Amino acid sequence: MALMNILNTVNHTLDHEMERDNTLVVYGEDVGYEGGVFRATVGLQKKYGKDRCFDSPLAEAGIVGSAIGMAINGLKPVVEIQFSGFILPAMNQIIAHAARMRNRSRGRFSLPMVIRAPYGGGIRALEHHSESLEAIFAHIPGLKVVIPSTPYDTKGLLLAAIRDPDPVIFLEPKRIYRAFKQEVPEEDYIIPIGKAKVIKEGRDITVVTYGAMVPQVQEAVKQLEKEGISVELIDLRTISPLDKETIIKSVQKTGRFAAVHEAVKSFSVAAELISTVNEGAFLYLEAPPTRITGFDITIPLPRGEHHFLISPEKIIKKIKEVVEF
Amino acid sequence: MLIEKYSPLEGKMLSIMDIEGNIVKKDLMPQIKDEKILELYKMMLLTKIADTKALQYQRQGRMLTYAPNRGQEAAQLGAIAATEERDWLVPAFRELGAWFYKGVPLEQVYLYWYGSEMGSKFPENVKMLPVSVPISSQINHGAGLAMASKYKGEDHVTMAFVGDGGTSHGEFHEGMNFAAVFDAPLIVIIQNNQYAISVPRHVQTKTKTLAEKAVAYGIPGIQVDGNDIFAMYLAAKDAVERARKGEGPTLIEAVTYRLGPHTTSDDPSIYREDSEVEEWSKKDPVERLKKYLINNELWSEERDQKQIEEYEELVNATFKRVENSGETPLEDIFKYHYETMTPILEEQLKEYKSNLEGSEK
Repeated sequence: MALMNILNTVNHTLDHEMERDNTLVVYGEDVGYEGGVFRATVGLQKKYGKDRCFDSPLAEAGIVGSAIGMAINGLKPVVEIQFSGFILPAMNQIIAHAARMRNRSRGRFSLPMVIRAPYGGGIRALEHHSESLEAIFAHIPGLKVVIPSTPYDTKGLLLAAIRDPDPVIFLEPKRIYRAFKQEVPEEDYIIPIGKAKVIKEGRDITVVTYGAMVPQVQEAVKQLEKEGISVELIDLRTISPLDKETIIKSVQKTGRFAAVHEAVKSFSVAAELISTVNEGAFLYLEAPPTRITGFDITIPLPRGEHHFLISPEKIIKKIKEVVEF
Repeated sequence: MLIEKYSPLEGKMLSIMDIEGNIVKKDLMPQIKDEKILELYKMMLLTKIADTKALQYQRQGRMLTYAPNRGQEAAQLGAIAATEERDWLVPAFRELGAWFYKGVPLEQVYLYWYGSEMGSKFPENVKMLPVSVPISSQINHGAGLAMASKYKGEDHVTMAFVGDGGTSHGEFHEGMNFAAVFDAPLIVIIQNNQYAISVPRHVQTKTKTLAEKAVAYGIPGIQVDGNDIFAMYLAAKDAVERARKGEGPTLIEAVTYRLGPHTTSDDPSIYREDSEVEEWSKKDPVERLKKYLINNELWSEERDQKQIEEYEELVNATFKRVENSGETPLEDIFKYHYETMTPILEEQLKEYKSNLEGSEK
């Protein structure tokens, strides 16, 4: 056991798996010598050499496209896109190829590859450094989309992603990269992809969130509980494939539902969650399910970003509306 | 090294055999056994017949959209013949001859153009990726395949194909650059057939040749008469040897011409003159090799005619089987998206199946 934040855990997990599996290669922009702009891969080149952890040319389609070729040819590439907002040049490779190669080749070629990218706002960054694009990836058949919220989960989910035979988009909540530490076991463990986690059981309302929003919601829940509202809090952990069962079971118990994320509201993960609730627990509902999300706007630059971000106060207010409906 | 004698910047193009099948550069004639030349010729012939037939089937309403290869047989087969079974082939979509050489059965080729994913599930020993419709994106896959071969310490090379239009694409640049930076054993063949659908070569780029783009990547590039199978073979052989020795990628521009339409949906008479097509027909690569073979008493018109009839029969019989292959099994459209079907996919399949059963009652 060692105390680690999410960022240390990413580094520890890559190290753990590179030690165990010499087909694993790690690369991306600034990933090798420097260890990444967030230092997620620091020390790996020194330990495993330039063949296994290296700097790539500054070209996202090249990074993802070459990873596809490597995965077909027996390697397990774990590539880093420096910020999820920089992933757009690679979308052709991700959507047109990574997601489809298994189906296109009727199972002959699988792509055991992971695309890591820090996502989300709240770090007072430049344009294109704060995006939450998870719904775009979740919309694409053939991709898996995973977002951890704690150091412990980061290790278990990242190991599951690396060992998964299909391509996984692994979005890291950079706002809470260094926010808190947790005991992370040295030993090997997997957290299965496609399983949500009930963080806290409750009676009055089911609240589903993930990634960097988890601590914000937890703070809100503390306040709500003081006021006598019992919240069942679920961390989605995997966006796609969605763990419908856990969500439906919970709403059947609580009868109320709220989804919380930073990404924009329309056509969002929250929209999908509410459809899931309607399909699976409609007759149990005592109030209209709600979305607590970003507005349908481009995430503002730092001088206006606070209007966009989801504060515990916003969450408390909305949840009270649902409970008191 | 070949490239030093044929710098694209000096406007030189490698060519060995003239349009009458005469070897005009005897010193450059590659050492290929007569049996192999015959094998390549037969494959060109099969490519030509399978291609021409596919177009006919489409015109008869029996085949879906098809992208013809006529005129480009030497560019495809000359290049791939320089590789071995252990090497990778990364196609764009117009390399029928190379697919055959690699071992893709004709039945699968037709299945693909007939609208079935099974046409892209090649036998295990065929080291070839499926067709890549997004232009040039496959160059990055080629770079990755080659980087992995190098990482594993194997002497396998990767040969990737792209068209003249494809060189305008950002992914062409990214893939070439990756391969060059990492000294990946990649050979990129540009089939410059003069048109990207309707857009002529000179609209794609300001450079005089496509081969000279190699200069920007710090790698060798060479322009070759793409309708001369011996010139294509020689250039590719040189590039393959370099790649195997760890000396990195090579760019080969095959100067050729698409005698047919871009696809069966295209009408080339809108954008090019008949006289131009006639001019290029005189350079037909299949005719050219046939003349060489006959000149050298390795082949005859009679054997040619017999071979054509044999292939026509084979092609017709194969297409009939494809026409009778039936629909894609329902499960298949669901079950290959992930190694294990997700609960959501299982639910959707189950619901659809029960609807189908319900409608049958």
